[in-house]
Amino acid sequence: MSQPFRLPTGGRIDRSSPLVLTFDGRAVHGFAGDTVASALLANGVHLVGRSFKYHRPRGVLAAGVEEPNALLDVDRGGGRREPNVRATVAEAFAGLAVTSQNRWPSLERDLASIADRLPPVIGAGFYYKTFMWPPKAWVRLYEPLIRRAAGLGRAPDGADPERYEHRHAHCDILVVGAGPAGIAAAMAASTAGRRVILCDEQAEPGGALLHDQTSDIDDLPAQAWLADGLATLARRANVRLLARTTAVSYYNHNHVALVERLTDHLAEPPASRPRERLWQVRAREVVLATGAHERPLTFPDNDRPGIMLAEAVRIYINRYGVLPGRRIVVATNGASAYETAIDARRAGAAVSIVDTRASDRIGPELDAARAAGIEVLAGFVPIGSKGRHRVTALRVARLSPDGALPDVPDARDLACDCVAVSAGWTPAVHLFSQSRGRLEFDTARDAFLPGSSVQAVRSAGAAVGLYDLAACIASGARAGAESAGAPVPPAVHATPTLTGFAPLPPDLPLRLGGKAFVDFQNDVTAKDLALAVSEGFESIEHVKRYTTSGMATDQGKTSSMATMGLVATRRGLAVPAVGTTTFRPPYTPVSFGALAGQSRDRLFDPVRTTPVHDWAAAQGARFEDVGSWKRAHYFPRASEDMAAAVRRETIAVRGSVGLFDASTLGKIEVVGPDAGRFLDLMYAGIMSTLAVGRCRYGLMLKEDGFILDDGIVARLADDRFHVTTTTGGAARVLAHMEDYLQTEFTTLRVFLTSITEQWAVIAVQGPKARETIAPLVDDLDLVDAAFPHMSIARCRVAGVPARLMRASFTGERGFEINVPADYGRAVWEAVFAAGRAHQIAPYGTEAMHVLRAEKGFIIVGQETDGTVTPDDVGLARLVSVKKPDFVGKRSLRRPDLSRPNRKQLVGLLSDAFHEQLDEGAQIVAHTGQPIPMTMLGHVTSSYMSACAGRAIALALLADGRHRIGETVHVTTADGFTRATVARPVFIDPEGNRVHG
Amino acid sequence: MLLIRCPHCGERPEIEFRAGGEAHLARPAEPMTVGDAEWTAFLYYRANVKGEQAERWCHVHGCGRWFNAVRDTANDRFVATYGVGEPRPGGAGGAAR
Repeated sequence: MSQPFRLPTGGRIDRSSPLVLTFDGRAVHGFAGDTVASALLANGVHLVGRSFKYHRPRGVLAAGVEEPNALLDVDRGGGRREPNVRATVAEAFAGLAVTSQNRWPSLERDLASIADRLPPVIGAGFYYKTFMWPPKAWVRLYEPLIRRAAGLGRAPDGADPERYEHRHAHCDILVVGAGPAGIAAAMAASTAGRRVILCDEQAEPGGALLHDQTSDIDDLPAQAWLADGLATLARRANVRLLARTTAVSYYNHNHVALVERLTDHLAEPPASRPRERLWQVRAREVVLATGAHERPLTFPDNDRPGIMLAEAVRIYINRYGVLPGRRIVVATNGASAYETAIDARRAGAAVSIVDTRASDRIGPELDAARAAGIEVLAGFVPIGSKGRHRVTALRVARLSPDGALPDVPDARDLACDCVAVSAGWTPAVHLFSQSRGRLEFDTARDAFLPGSSVQAVRSAGAAVGLYDLAACIASGARAGAESAGAPVPPAVHATPTLTGFAPLPPDLPLRLGGKAFVDFQNDVTAKDLALAVSEGFESIEHVKRYTTSGMATDQGKTSSMATMGLVATRRGLAVPAVGTTTFRPPYTPVSFGALAGQSRDRLFDPVRTTPVHDWAAAQGARFEDVGSWKRAHYFPRASEDMAAAVRRETIAVRGSVGLFDASTLGKIEVVGPDAGRFLDLMYAGIMSTLAVGRCRYGLMLKEDGFILDDGIVARLADDRFHVTTTTGGAARVLAHMEDYLQTEFTTLRVFLTSITEQWAVIAVQGPKARETIAPLVDDLDLVDAAFPHMSIARCRVAGVPARLMRASFTGERGFEINVPADYGRAVWEAVFAAGRAHQIAPYGTEAMHVLRAEKGFIIVGQETDGTVTPDDVGLARLVSVKKPDFVGKRSLRRPDLSRPNRKQLVGLLSDAFHEQLDEGAQIVAHTGQPIPMTMLGHVTSSYMSACAGRAIALALLADGRHRIGETVHVTTADGFTRATVARPVFIDPEGNRVHG
Repeated sequence: MLLIRCPHCGERPEIEFRAGGEAHLARPAEPMTVGDAEWTAFLYYRANVKGEQAERWCHVHGCGRWFNAVRDTANDRFVATYGVGEPRPGGAGGAAR
């Protein structure tokens, strides 16, 4: 194509750099500086997509981020494919491949467009009304159907090959938007010496100045003033100017997130450059110079390709040198579109204006247009359009002087190939609203404007409803100067801008037939909104959700005021009484990559490994995630599956000796003259009476009386305790202790130190445990009389200084060897070598779970869930009755915690000895009862126990201790199974083995 | 993200902190002498005001110390931060914690 709609001169494109991109496989010629949209329009391509619901042909509507229609699939090469890209912001480069979406088999012949001619079954709320019954049909039929028919692009299926980064920045003043107001604000603030960040979402800063060919500012052409200003700012060391950078989110305390796009405009980006950079800016002051969005006119068939926003038409003409049509009708309710008409006329188009205002209501723009030779139809309103894939005529009718449409409209068709529409302007208050500032409706400007601020933020320019160039610059300069605490600079002189518009009655389109679109991207019509109101929806938030108006990826940038106006009119209220919807981040869509930044793959979540990890991996261990730890789950030999490995490992522990890496256990050193007293307050049991060299198992409760954690408290000296916690509870327990130490028991002299990472823990468990380690231990006598169960001593193991604990989580004779982490692997290997004579077996967390369940030892978080007391799990003996106080003591006396029939820990034995119950399965007394049945409790742990010779389970069961011997029914995937309630101990009920 | 002034470290971003709920709820010195209703109120009842509220914060990824703050819950503005055991600035005092 030879760019038939490209003007011979003008625009900010680089005509010395021609390029070719493809659209649906066809070559499209353009120049550097084009967007995909401007290149398509230069080639006469208006039809670029099919609408979401009705599959109607759609064209480019806008020239910026507010574009609702022109969403394309963009392939930048090298796996850089992205769906739903707005053609109006995607920069063109040679080789770019863009494809239309949501059509089949082709854009021109889309079979699903029949939806547009069906009876009106897919109006507002059709999801809720149509697809109600039967429920299964939703999953199998309706949802796949809707998903295929309605929709946008196709998500990429490969991993994102791009790199993203995060960056933090601080500044005195952040200016969002580098149009005339933003530049004036940055200039004033930086002149006062403040550190300024000025960001702008477009490739080129300048905003409206980039397409202003006619205004002068202080006797300079607008674009020369812009170039001077940008050059000055670029020279200043205290200014950081970020182009292609969108302020997407405004959070608390002036924390603003910016997304900078660094490579999307490049055919071959340097490998060193990330695709996007997420800036997290903390600004002392913020100036929002975010401009305004133009509103389309709402009339039947207002969505035909070739019908565009008036300012967008002007942008394509002046900034890109593209004439979107040769016969342009400008349909407007205000003055600004006259600038478009005059510029289009000057560019050579045949132009006429349809102004909905009566001629006596039109300002000086009327004479300006007539002077340019443009015919103006005053007091006319568009009532329809013609054409198939491109508009061929606009149908207009005369309005009565009172703003009503006559019963028999005086209608005529205006032949055209482009309609430039304008229904006024909506200030871009999104970020201000996100900052929690209050919006106030301004009747004169027919818009919500920034009202009182909650944060240190000012708005300026079109964002506050100022549309005159000199006024925009003055308000920006004032905002910048006030933010900097500097005097306001003198005003500039600029060519007066044509401003002002008169809103039409919002319900006018309802008096006409056909589909008048309010939200183009979600295919919401004026009738849909009226229907929602007539069905009783009153709140604008409810109407929005019911009709989905404003809920597409453009978040209603072009539709919000039309929606609110229509709802208000139908309800007989003024717009402020209906209110506005809440603006939420992000302002424009943000890639997941930008949000994730460097946090992907190995950097997504830190992985903690123990000193023994590499040894276990070399032995073929399978690992499981426990919190952020990798723990050896089991150690399969040859072709063993998990069940076989666990069976062998548990038999080895009970029969001879096993070796277990317990390094992940949380460990806290509690030191100080009041350490014993402090631990008495923290644990349910008494710790201060513990003799040096002895250990005690303890339960830690929250103040509400429920179990928080458990572990061993070992006394190393009068003023020094070594405390263990569960693996997952380490940080929680330390925080809990610190909280009480700092805020409640503030007079106690105690220091808490996390030593989890400092000590590796090697558990040696089994009848042969002592024989295994004895040859390695120096400075300690291991005979039972000298070193009984629940002892701790400092000694040497394999030559390494150790804290040796005699403790057991298996019910067997056991030792836990604590050595400095750096020696963990060496000592582990020494123990493993020494255990060869006893067929020592390393075992993993699964065998550990089975071994402890065989003994009925609880795991906090598995047998407990934050509502379980010590007595519930049969550990009332660990609760001191002598101590006057400890955290949780008082709560245990609350009526509900002390009632007798609470859920209690029991064992469950399935009738079939090999049948493993499901963990989490519910328990009922009998199955004949009506649904919902009375649930008595649930299975907390369930394993196949080789040593018990059957399946075993633990459960929390109402009044469980009194039900021992009874039969209960336990849910399964497809019904119930029977089980017998038993004591929660399946091996060695007397507990003799632990003593050897 | 909030910007919180730790009394010990200065202004730091919210991710360094952990919130600890309402401040100035003193744990009774002799809990066993407290009646059920009063104990339940201590455990579970919180003011949850709209407006200025004293609350506990811990600079957990910084100095590790607890402190108190008065925050306006309607707009997240911090009015003051102060040490554990110090009275709430501007009256409406309370005990430690």
